[in-house]
This record gives sequence, C-alpha cells and structure tokens, in this order.
Amino acid sequence: MKTNKTAIRYAINTIALVILMIITFVIGGVDNNTIKLKIVPSVWQCCYLIIMAASLNLVLGFLGQLSLGHCGFMAVGAYTAALVSLAFQRAGVYDEKKGAAFMLVMIVSILAAGILSAVLGLLVGIPALRLKGDYLAIITLGFGMIIVNLINNIPFCGQQGLSQGTASSALYANGLGFSNDEKKGYMYVAVLAVILCMALMFMFVRSKFGRIICAIRDNEIAASASGIDVSYYKVLTFVFSAFFAGIAGALYSCCNAALATTSFAFTNGSILNSVFIVVMVVVGGMGSLTGSIVAAIGMFLLNYAIKNGTWVAALPGFLQNVFTYPMLVYSIALIIVIMFRPHGILGTSEFALCDIPKWPRMVASHFHKSDKEAEG
Amino acid sequence: MEERVPVLRTQHLGIAFGGLHAVEDFNIEIYKGELVGLIGPNGAGKTTVFNLLTGVYKPTEGTFYLNNELLNGKKTHQIVEAGIARTFQNIRLFGNMKVIDNVKTAFSKDIKYGLCSALFRSKAYWKTEREIHERAMELLKIFHLEEKADYLASSLPYGEQRKLEIARALATDMKLLLLDEPAAGMNPTETAELLECIKVIREQFGIAILLIEHDMSLVMNVCEKIQVINFGKTIAAGLPDEIVNNPEVIEAYLGR
Amino acid sequence: MSTFIQFIITGLRLGSVYALIALGYTMVYGIIKLINFAHGDFIMVGGYTLYFVIPIMMALGLPGWTAVIFAIVVCACVGMLVELLAYRPVRKRGTNLTALITAIAMSFVLENLAQAIPAIGPDPRIPYILFSKTFSIGGVSISEATIITVVVSAMIMIVLYLFTQKTRIGRAMRCVAEDKEAAIVMGINVNRIIITTFAIGAGLAAVASLMYISQYPKVITTMGATLGIYAFVAAVLGGIGSLPGAVLGGLIIGIVQSGANTYISSSMSDTFVYLILIIVLLIKPAGILGKNVGEKV
Repeated sequence: MKTNKTAIRYAINTIALVILMIITFVIGGVDNNTIKLKIVPSVWQCCYLIIMAASLNLVLGFLGQLSLGHCGFMAVGAYTAALVSLAFQRAGVYDEKKGAAFMLVMIVSILAAGILSAVLGLLVGIPALRLKGDYLAIITLGFGMIIVNLINNIPFCGQQGLSQGTASSALYANGLGFSNDEKKGYMYVAVLAVILCMALMFMFVRSKFGRIICAIRDNEIAASASGIDVSYYKVLTFVFSAFFAGIAGALYSCCNAALATTSFAFTNGSILNSVFIVVMVVVGGMGSLTGSIVAAIGMFLLNYAIKNGTWVAALPGFLQNVFTYPMLVYSIALIIVIMFRPHGILGTSEFALCDIPKWPRMVASHFHKSDKEAEG
Repeated sequence: MEERVPVLRTQHLGIAFGGLHAVEDFNIEIYKGELVGLIGPNGAGKTTVFNLLTGVYKPTEGTFYLNNELLNGKKTHQIVEAGIARTFQNIRLFGNMKVIDNVKTAFSKDIKYGLCSALFRSKAYWKTEREIHERAMELLKIFHLEEKADYLASSLPYGEQRKLEIARALATDMKLLLLDEPAAGMNPTETAELLECIKVIREQFGIAILLIEHDMSLVMNVCEKIQVINFGKTIAAGLPDEIVNNPEVIEAYLGR
Repeated sequence: MSTFIQFIITGLRLGSVYALIALGYTMVYGIIKLINFAHGDFIMVGGYTLYFVIPIMMALGLPGWTAVIFAIVVCACVGMLVELLAYRPVRKRGTNLTALITAIAMSFVLENLAQAIPAIGPDPRIPYILFSKTFSIGGVSISEATIITVVVSAMIMIVLYLFTQKTRIGRAMRCVAEDKEAAIVMGINVNRIIITTFAIGAGLAAVASLMYISQYPKVITTMGATLGIYAFVAAVLGGIGSLPGAVLGGLIIGIVQSGANTYISSSMSDTFVYLILIIVLLIKPAGILGKNVGEKV
C-alpha cells in the first residue's frame, strides 16, 4: 500500500517535470521579442535564485546554522565556470557557441564550478563549523568577504579582469556569457539544471542524511547521544550546499556578460547578496525546499514588478523612493514574517502536487482549528 | 567455567573542574541484565557520572570499560556506537521531527547506504529504509506509541515524551542504558507505567541499566543494587535493604 | 621610522573609533545575546545628523562639535525604536537564530530607508570639516582630530567602565547580562535596562561618527555597514560581552588595518582583518577576553 503511494507520487512528479521541460523547449523555440527580452532572462535569473535559496536552506533551515557567506561560494562558481569556458575556447575546443563541443564545455564548466565550490566549502566548513550560532554567522561572513577580496586580487579574474576591459568582452564573445538569442536557445539547460539540483537536494533531505541534519538542528546534544557524528554531518551538509551554490554561480555567469565581485558581496545595491538569499529562505520557510522554490520565484517577480512596473511611477514621491531601494521592502517583509511565523510562511512543511486535491480540506480544517482555539 | 565480564566497569573514575572534584574515585561494576540505581542528594554528581560515561566530559582521572573495551577519551558518538545510550534529565527530543523519525535517527549507525545511494535511490536505500521503518514501528509498539508515529515529537504529552526518549535510546542497540531521572515530573500512574516499561525492556533486550532517580520507592522496587554518592564520593553501595539501613546514607539525605 | 610611527598613530586613531563602536555591540550582546547588526547603521544616522546640524550650530555662533549632542539624542532614539519595534517582539516568539536574522534585516531597513529619504539620498555628502589643524613633530604629522579622537575615546571608555561598575543602573546591567531570570526576581525591570543599553550604545555610535567624519569627511548611507562590520569584528576579537575586550579588539583591528595599508596593499586589508578574526575564533572561540560558556547537559 505504502510503496504503491510512493510510486504514484514519483510518477506524478516525473510527469510534471517532463511537462515543464516540454514547455521550456516550446518557449525556447518560439521567435518572439517579449519572450526573448523579458521572459527568457527572467527564467535564467529565477533558476539561479532557486538553486541559491534551496542550497542555503539546507544549511539554514535543515541544519539550523546561519551562514552569511553563501554568495562567496556563488562567486567562486561564477568565476570558475567563466574561466574554464574561456580556457577551453583559447585551447580551441570550440569556436562558436553551438554544437556538441560547446555543450560538453558548458557541462564541464558547470560541474567544475560546483566541484571547486564544494572543495572551498570543505576548506571553510571544517574550521568554521566548530563554532555555533552567532559565531558561525560571523566567521562565514568573514570567509565570504575573504573569498570576494581574494578574487579581486587575483590578477586574471579581479576587478580589472573579467568585469572590465578585454576579458569581459571575451566572456561575452567566446565564453559562457550568452546573448539573448543564446539564452533563449539554451534555456532548457538552466531549467534542467534546476530540476536536477532540486531533485538531488530532495533526495538528500528525504534520506537518513535529512533526518540526521534535522536532528542536529533540533538538539545537537541529543543527536550526538544518538550516535551521530555531528561535526561530520555538519561539514558534509555545508559542502553539499556549497556545491549547489557553485552551480548557481555557473548559471549566473552564463546569463551575464560580465562578472564583478561586487555582485556577490554581503550587501550591495542589487538583490544578489547573501542577505537577499537569507530573505528568500526565511520567507519560504526554514526547512521547506518547495517553500524556497516558491519564495525565490515570488521574490523575483516582486522585484521585477518593482523595478519595471509602471505603477511605481504613479506613486507619491517618497513611496517611489522607497521602491527605488527594494531591499527596504524585503527587509521589512522579512521582519514581519519572522514576527508572526518564526519558521517562515511554509515552516518545515513541503507541498506536493498530489496533495493539491487535499488542499481545500486542509485549509478548512485549519480554519476550523483556529475557530476552536478562539472559542477555547 | 566462563568468567563473567561486567558490561560496565569503572576504575577510580573522576573529574575535577578547576579545583572542584565533582566526581572522584567512582567504582562500579554492572553485569548483563542488571538494574542498578544511582542515588544521592541534589548536586551530588549523579548526572556528572552520566556525562563522564557518555563522553560529554572527559574524565580527568580513572578509566571506564564497556565489555572490557576502554572508552576513555572517546567522543560521544563513538561511545554510543560502542554501546552506551542515555536519556536526559531535561527531555531532549528532536521536537520538530515526527515521532518515528526520532527513533529512525537513532538507527543511523545501522544504515549503511552512502550519499550516492541516497541521492540516486539505489536498491540498498529502499531496502534499508523499509527495514528501519519496521524496526522503528516495533520499538514504538513496546511503548504504545505506534499510533502517534506521525505526530510531531514536541506535541506529545510529557509522559510520552519521556517514553519516546527511552525508545530512541534503545534504537541505538546498546548494551548499557543510562536513564537520568526517567520518572521526574510524572504522576503515580505514569510512574507505574514507566516501571512496567523498564521491566519489559530489560527482559526483552537483556541489557544492563543504570538509573538515576529521586523517587526512593521506585529505586527500592526495581533495582537489584544501589550505589549512593554525595559530594562526588561514593558513600555506600549494596543491596536495597542494606542501603536503607546505612547510617551514612540516612545522614546524607536527612542531615544530622 | 617615521612611517612606522605614522602607521601606529593612524592605527590608534582608527582603533579608537572602532573601539567606541565595538562597545555598543558588546554591551547589547552582553545583555540580550544578540549581535545587533543595525548598530553600524546608527553611525550613519549620527553622521547625517551631524551633517545637518553642524551648520546650524555654527550659524548660532556655537562651536561645530556641539552638534554631537543632537546626534547622540537622535541615535539613542533610533536605537530605542529599533529595540521596541523589532527586537522585542521577535525575542518574545523566536529563537536566537530568528533574532539574528531580524537584526540583519533591521540594518538593511535603516540603510535603505535613509536612501529613500529625499534629503539624504544615495550620494555621498561632504560635512563641514572640524578639527582640521595639523601638527608636525619630527617628520610625523599628527592632526588635531587624531589627538581629540584618542583622548575622547579613552575618556569615554573610562567613564563607561566606572558607570557599569559603580552606578545602580550599571550594576543592574551586569546583573541582567549574568542571569536574566535572576534579575527579574531581584526586581530589576529588565526591559528598561535593555532599552537603556540600546540608548547608550547608540549614543556611543554618534560620538564615533563625529570622530570618524572629522577624519574622513564623507557621509554616505552605506558608511555604517563597512564601519560596523570592522567594529563588530573588533568586538568579537576582544571577546564579545567584555568592555575591555571591545577596546582591545578595536585597537588591534585599527593597527592591523593601518599596517596592511601602509606596508602591504590597501585592497588586501579586509582579508587581514577577517583572517585575524578567523584565527582568533578558532583558537579561542569566545575571543581574547571573553568567557566560554558551554551548554549545560
């Protein structure tokens, strides 16, 4: 009975993902300017935001440790992917951005980004995870800053390297930096990467590893008294999460013509910073991967609406100013969410496609319960 | 004639925090199937003994052996793997996890599949998970918790949380179980139920149990041997009847 | 040799500013075990208050530095508001982790709110330069600002130390830091102590911002974030929760930074600051003068 249900769940999810891929291919094939200039870049951005949010959720939501340097790993991934692809191009493996050779180079670059990030995650994680709570937050913040600072000071990838001058145009012309047409053509790569990454993360949390890290989050002392090597699993999760942050970085370098380390700082003007990722995780729910997906897409849409919406211009002057700096809105949203739902909107619960028929009943029972509480 | 090896043997075990000897010269031998009580006034060092035996603190003097295996200086999870499990005075459950997952977590050392198996859902993964599920349910049945398997651990009433903690400790497949005031905060009915449980698990699992308890009637009822400590030192050890009549013990509990 | 002395002097000056800010971090952490990320932005609030009030004071014929009184008042109010509106409600319901996230969010709120206010905006402003005289002794130049910074910081630290040791409120603060429950039982109004601490910490940040802008005359909404992070590294380095630790940490960070700027490269100075932080945290997780408190089993 039980295994039957599991099989049905797997089947439904697989079908849904296949449909998603087909839609992606169809959109990628249509020649339309709105799609090319608006939808496709948005899909790319959503893709790396989803992976970033979900991978940080492994550490913050499931393992219960606040890491403030997560964008550092993304930076490593982005630079690795860019440099690897450029190296292949210089070595003459491919000339133009199509064909099997380029496909292979792209896959290799993305994997290399993940692996190098994971290695760095190991180097950072082993010392950092000896600390807990506030101290861990600080030390990861420090490591994140050091990573960015070091990248800045490496001659061939620093501020003078990929973001400006010749190397920048090289990334755009020859490396992974895609033009809008190429972004459209290769959109399925981004979507596929998200599907694979999310599937792996789901498998991770729905196995003994997930149980163990949740146990560590809930009570570290009891976890070690249940025979769990706490530091091993902490580092493992950190490395696992860094791997995906690296992949997200690789996707980022695919859809940006130039790289600059300021994009990966702890705080900056744009939305791509370690804090925004934390916002997505917390809003979606600490301990809910599906929540992270929804939050990443939702926050992206909100940001898009604020940045491009004409309604902002219709607002009175001060409010208009407020929306020019959307981090203000997000931070306030974050504080409000935390005040009323400390574990985020979804909390630790996931939602599944096969549960959708049950939603009306769940909502009804929820209201029923709150009625009862009100009476009592 | 085969010589009996004690499950737990400590020799002059002790720990000093700075100049304060929280526990000193602690000697005990526990054999398979025995239930030993560890009693003493508040602050006597009972929980510290547990912390020493589970690697939370490193002993500064003496040694302790589990089935003749030296465990000094091992980390907590290594000691659990060797076969000592414990419960806590203030309940420590994985509150945001399901009841059954609490137990499954403690089975972790029996789960041999690796990261790749988990990520790609190999046959080994499915097989192990099924086995673990069954074993966890069996364990919950002993404590009459099987119907609440899918509840969140923190939503259980107090008495059942205590039971779940014991169930989780049992899942580590240990040879020695350390129970830290299992009846604390329980009403008489719950205590009686707990007593039954302890008897059942002792018969079913054939393990040794070391029990810290304030409730003297409980200790006198179930323990074969009792050791009394005060100010970190053992002041008496022996059968329950001897302990009750020991003048030093009476003095420690009632004062002069 | 004169480069060396120059670097020590610069280090001391920077360090004194960091120490003043770090004191705010440390006091709040000592009491509610929360890293107040928004503390750095109190400096920014102070900086803008000074930028607006200094010309008014000068127009009234008073010395420009008197504006710092206004800055202290404004900062203290902002500090108390932050505690009342965000930290207190979250503390009631959430965990340490959620409180920490709230603090980070609060920092962003202040920073971006400042940018959204039309009179402030994202562009840097140049405040009136105070204490601009410079003395030259044997090839080493010392500015008036440097001397004032070091002397005033030292005085404030001594006063603060005496305050926590000798006065009634100071003792209550230490009591709350030691054991909140016990403090409640002793009849201490814990919430009032917490809010007082926020006010004092924010006030110190205002003084620090006067010192800072008299040396680097530029006010910008993000100034608090960078300054704050250094100061906060200083607080952790010295042992968060310890007042002498904050001073020590501040001086160390100041000297390391000025050393890295003088002898290595200014773009690498961040790396050195964080490297020192990491090394200290790994060797002595509670910081140089901090107490290590483990969880009771």
